[in-house]
Amino acid sequence: MGRYLLGRLAALVPVLLGLSVIVFLIMALIPGDPALALLGPYATPEAVARINRDLGLDRSLPVQYLTWLSHVLTGDLGRSHSLNRPVLDEVAERFAATLILAGAALALAALLGLALGVAAALRQSGWVDRLATLGVLVGLSVPSFWLGLLLILLVSVRWRLLPVSGMHAIYGEETLADLLRHLALPAATLAVVAAGVIARLTRAAMLEVLRQDFVRTARAKGLGEGRIVLLHAARAALVTVIPVIGTQAGFVLGGAVYVETVFQWPGIGRMLVGAIATRDVLLVQGGVLVVATTYVLVNLAADLLQRLADPRIGG
Amino acid sequence: MSPACPALVGLVLAALAAAAGVAGRARAAEVPDDVLVVGQSAEPASLDPGVTTATNDARILVNLYDGLVRTKPGSLEIEPALAESWSLSEDGRRYTFRLRAGVRFHDGSPLDARAVTFTFGRLLEPAHPAAATGPFPLAFLFRAVERVEALDPRTVRFTLRQPFAPFLANLATPTGLIVPPGAVMARGKDFGRNPVGTGPFRFEAWQSSRKVTLARNPGYWGGPAASRLVIFRPLADPNTRATEMLAGDVDVVAEMPPDALALFRHRAGFSVAEAVGPHLWYLILNMRAGPLRDRRVREAVNWAIDRRALAEHVLQGTAVPARGIIAPAFAGTYDPDLAGYGHDPARARALLREAGAEGARLTLLVAEGGSGMLDPVAMGTAIQADLARVGLDVRLVTYEWNAYLARVNRGLGEDADMADMAEMAWMTNDPDQLPSLALASDALPGKGGFNAGGYANPDLDRLLDEARRSTDPARRRDLDRAAERLVVADAPFAVVVHGKQAAVVREAVRGFALDPTFTARLAGVRKREGP
Repeated sequence: MGRYLLGRLAALVPVLLGLSVIVFLIMALIPGDPALALLGPYATPEAVARINRDLGLDRSLPVQYLTWLSHVLTGDLGRSHSLNRPVLDEVAERFAATLILAGAALALAALLGLALGVAAALRQSGWVDRLATLGVLVGLSVPSFWLGLLLILLVSVRWRLLPVSGMHAIYGEETLADLLRHLALPAATLAVVAAGVIARLTRAAMLEVLRQDFVRTARAKGLGEGRIVLLHAARAALVTVIPVIGTQAGFVLGGAVYVETVFQWPGIGRMLVGAIATRDVLLVQGGVLVVATTYVLVNLAADLLQRLADPRIGG
Repeated sequence: MSPACPALVGLVLAALAAAAGVAGRARAAEVPDDVLVVGQSAEPASLDPGVTTATNDARILVNLYDGLVRTKPGSLEIEPALAESWSLSEDGRRYTFRLRAGVRFHDGSPLDARAVTFTFGRLLEPAHPAAATGPFPLAFLFRAVERVEALDPRTVRFTLRQPFAPFLANLATPTGLIVPPGAVMARGKDFGRNPVGTGPFRFEAWQSSRKVTLARNPGYWGGPAASRLVIFRPLADPNTRATEMLAGDVDVVAEMPPDALALFRHRAGFSVAEAVGPHLWYLILNMRAGPLRDRRVREAVNWAIDRRALAEHVLQGTAVPARGIIAPAFAGTYDPDLAGYGHDPARARALLREAGAEGARLTLLVAEGGSGMLDPVAMGTAIQADLARVGLDVRLVTYEWNAYLARVNRGLGEDADMADMAEMAWMTNDPDQLPSLALASDALPGKGGFNAGGYANPDLDRLLDEARRSTDPARRRDLDRAAERLVVADAPFAVVVHGKQAAVVREAVRGFALDPTFTARLAGVRKREGP
């Protein structure tokens, strides 16, 4: 297991390097000028030239890339020109907010998806199954920004149950309860699609497992149905479902951009959208690097979990 | 029935119940009446008045800092602020300001002549010790300044290279706000995130992408502010601005999109504050190449555009049709007798026939969004339809705002990839600014200006120069009006509309008014009836 892990970690290096090159090139090649974004419509050519010199944008692309990379390796992501603060500070704050949102959404999606999937499998073609199938279909088809707005209009504006947007109360102390209130709607919005996917796969996996010999054996031994389902069948089904939850983690991170925008969640997705609009090259590079690294690590974690859960894969 | 199924359903129900329990206390933390919450369309870029150009930031700045002078509430007229009085020398080159006594910055340091010389030295001298806290994109507003001297701690003198009539108006812009030398030197580039001014509110906290909090400055020279705290929230999504307002979680929202504005106009519990600002939305016409070199074609474009329909239908009343380049907000200069171009498609067709330009193909550069651009895609499309009606075949080319500026500011061009027309909008603080930066012949793109259409007219240059040097307001007004008439007749632009700024305000808010500068001073604003 240790050697496997080291191997997988080593394989990340070229992936991340390749990714940094791509991000760097995209930012360099899209039209628009960072100096102009910074100075606004009244930029004089001299001022533009000075900014580009200050930001090192007058040098060749490989030099720019290597300078950036050498700084990154020492932990220095540079200074955001549009926010006037170190990239690392901004990215750290924003990424923490995104992790809270995506983590909550993923937990909610896993809980709902597994519960619905198991329930639907046990009552195949019953009302739970039909309702779950319908729910999954709706969850997969409704765009998250639309669902988010709908939730805001109903829950926040009409019923006044939860705050409209943001991560903390505008005024007063920032408590955990306050955070949870702000988290409920965006996390639910973000969880819907992933919950649908997880439910659908859990149902299929459970149906598959319930037909297998060891379940029949367990039943023959006279074990209670509850123990059979939860201890034997569900565990076996998890082996199939865990990697799906892993990939859903990636989708949840991606979907966070829309949800962060609708709910004004101060996450990294929204930060990146703003950074691209202002041509804040260092901020985009720092943000993408962190998001991509996480994405890769989450996939790695899902693989490892699968190995732990499945006795057939050597551990 | 297997026992697993109810267990699972129970689990889900428990989760939902927990969520509902949290939800039940949702409205526990109400914002008190002495805290004002303002929703804005963006996070500030910087709260250093020399550095930022964004209107969003200016709304915060005018409450944190003071300038030597400022505009009177609701107008663009100048009144004293940190300077209690001033005098102008005979030759129109030396302004001597007498500073208000006993004013202190929020960090306790004195507002004196040295702070003033520091503020402008930083903007203007590349070798100034604080020059590295820039760049200062709008420093050109003060390029007429030759030197700034402290005559004594309460007297400061500006010597200009030549008489420059817009000088006082420029001092009243956010770029002219006074900063304390000590705090700027100590914080360096971080001053923009730790601002210190003399204004009615002092800076308390800036939480990235969440809020900027200002607290009442108890020692303010103009008397303490009505509210204890002001919180500025960045709400980038227009729908979120509207829903936050509906839910009552913000007290004031600037920059509401036209659709949402219509909703609040007729809704109990809200009011809409409007101000026509010094704003102009226009098309730059290519004077150097293509069919628009012919004045008759430019006139035809102007006659073809249905400005009233644009203002009332496309922009839903958030703009007024423009006749010339001087906005009505410049009350002293605006010429009520200027005829301008009405909507006359028949006349446009006749002019095109006369010029032999029927069916001409034109490209129009369109921005996707951008500061002051209102609804640029919808407006571009409507103009395309107006021009099609008189027989002009217009192709739209759309760019994202930053790419758009990069394309347009380098000039519409003369080559194969040239453009015939481009949308643009300006918000200015003086009637001189737009023509001298976007139409004068020394403002061509190659010379560092914004004259992207390549207009060059020595008569206009002479009028603008004379107006700028004029120290007699009446004479200056006549010259500015003459310059405007010349521009309208020559039609290097197709002027379209002046945008109105609108803010939605909760009923509980008292004393809120927008300024024509598109900012709002909040010192006198409070919620509900106070003592």
